Amino acid sequence: MKFGIVTFPGSNCDYDAYRAVIDVIGEKAEFLWHKDHDLRGADVVVLPGGFSYGDYLRPGAIARFSPIMREVATHAQRGGPVLGICNGFQILCEAGLLPGALLRNVGLKFISAPVHLRVENAGTLFTNRYHQGQVISIPIAHGDGRFTADAETLARIEGEGQVAFRYVDGAGPSARWSAPNGSMNAIAGIVSAQGNVLGMMPHPERAMDPILGSQDGIGVFESVVARVAA
Amino acid sequence: MSRFRVALHIVPRRGLLDPQGKAVADALHTLGFTAVHDVHVGRHLVLELDAASPAAAEADARAMCEKLLANPVTEDFEVAGVSAA
Repeated sequence: MKFGIVTFPGSNCDYDAYRAVIDVIGEKAEFLWHKDHDLRGADVVVLPGGFSYGDYLRPGAIARFSPIMREVATHAQRGGPVLGICNGFQILCEAGLLPGALLRNVGLKFISAPVHLRVENAGTLFTNRYHQGQVISIPIAHGDGRFTADAETLARIEGEGQVAFRYVDGAGPSARWSAPNGSMNAIAGIVSAQGNVLGMMPHPERAMDPILGSQDGIGVFESVVARVAA
Repeated sequence: MSRFRVALHIVPRRGLLDPQGKAVADALHTLGFTAVHDVHVGRHLVLELDAASPAAAEADARAMCEKLLANPVTEDFEVAGVSAA
């Protein structure tokens, strides 16, 4: 199985994602340049974190018009898996491949910290290696992560089980919603209506090894490998 | 074709949380400008473009807002002015 990791000008987590796939998951990975016109046979596309185009205009607003995004959209429409992390999530929302938008953090500060996430739907392409309701620890590092959508969209994604991860304030079963960035309904990650596109602000590729403080991100990659290989 | 200058205002949609606007409003209150009720921080863009008429220049600018310059989920835009460049 091959992961295609898209590098935009300003991406800075592309190498982390590459190493996560190669070293930890043991699958193939290849970098795709944003000006490329094909996915070179990638089974899974990763849009990594960073600051594509310097976040000019809005995060992800310009990257979504990169040539490679046409191929990414076609791949997604055919049901191919697409994982957008942080800036990748912002790009997917701007591209209309995921609903909603990511706005400036409510406290106006860039937040770099490990957070607790609750797996809200363990049945998705990207979460099936977790247990329903499992709380995991994965770092965030963003200034524009406040998930926002209109009331109708929010009700739909909640009702359809499209919320994959939610920020919570602790690891226990009584943990409550707690979004450090002010996200609506403490949403940290969502999947598309078809379920094959995941966008999440936290960085699973930074939680792949004990030396990084957590291995809880491995499940995201293993989940998609398990489904695609099946 | 003539050259026009089109000014655009892009602002956060009313009703959405605008933490930047609130921070600015708080700062103004601290400075004694207590009459300020609300602040909305957006973007002001000036485009210089070629078009057949002022109306065509405005229509082109609106299309650009819908496609790229404003986020349809969270922002509203208005054409603040069209003038000969």
